[in-house]
Amino acid sequence: MPRLSVWLVRASFIHLMLGLLCGALILAEKGVPFYAPVWHLFPLHMEFLLIGWLIQLAMGVAFWIVPRFSRGASRGPETLVWLSWALLNAGILSAAFQFWFPVMLVVGRILEVVACILFIVGSWRRIKPHGI
Amino acid sequence: MPLLTRVFIKTGMLCLALALTLGVLLALGITNGLFPAYIHLLVFGWLTQLIFGVIYWMFPKYSTEKPRGSEALGWWTYALLNIGLFMRAVAEPIQATRPNSFSAWALVVSAVLQFLSGALFTVNSWQRVREK
Repeated sequence: MPRLSVWLVRASFIHLMLGLLCGALILAEKGVPFYAPVWHLFPLHMEFLLIGWLIQLAMGVAFWIVPRFSRGASRGPETLVWLSWALLNAGILSAAFQFWFPVMLVVGRILEVVACILFIVGSWRRIKPHGI
Repeated sequence: MPLLTRVFIKTGMLCLALALTLGVLLALGITNGLFPAYIHLLVFGWLTQLIFGVIYWMFPKYSTEKPRGSEALGWWTYALLNIGLFMRAVAEPIQATRPNSFSAWALVVSAVLQFLSGALFTVNSWQRVREK
């Protein structure tokens, strides 16, 4: 597994844990109310699990297993995908501050979109027939 | 494909079928607090469970002696995920319509079990995510 996939997949595991923690607190609050502001974690629960866990894991595995080039950089412009990893996680972390600074949600979402575009640009040519 | 992966994937498929059945009920206007169960059966019971199974099967080997890490931890992950999810799917609609102390505490236990399943998965898989 390439180093970049290691970082993407391990970061996705961390987001899985954070997302499950938020979800567990909310679910427990539904059962036995102990601290109502726990509900403010709901947007983070979704952000961590949908973007941080599912999408980031898919990116990490895709970077690892989609076809490589036989000449030049085998996994294409890797720097773009590193930048994508950094911006995606910066975006998720920014969105995590939305409760205190609502504008951070917009900032985070913009960073996530840019991360997504960089990942697509970095991976586009690897979606190809065998042997090219 | 190892037994644990087969069990993960087949249980995931059952969760998918159950979730889509709940989707029909929701479309018919029978809500009764079913929506959270619907979403979590899809995203946790199907998608995440499928991912857990495939990662256990296909990620780089942990060692020659224990290629998939701890099989026991894998089975605990499976059990906690499904017991937690099942408890939630039963208790949450009850708590939404006829709340009682049993459904309330079932949600708390379910929250703990689902979080622990993610933690055990992460512990068991972390070392398998590494550079070649």
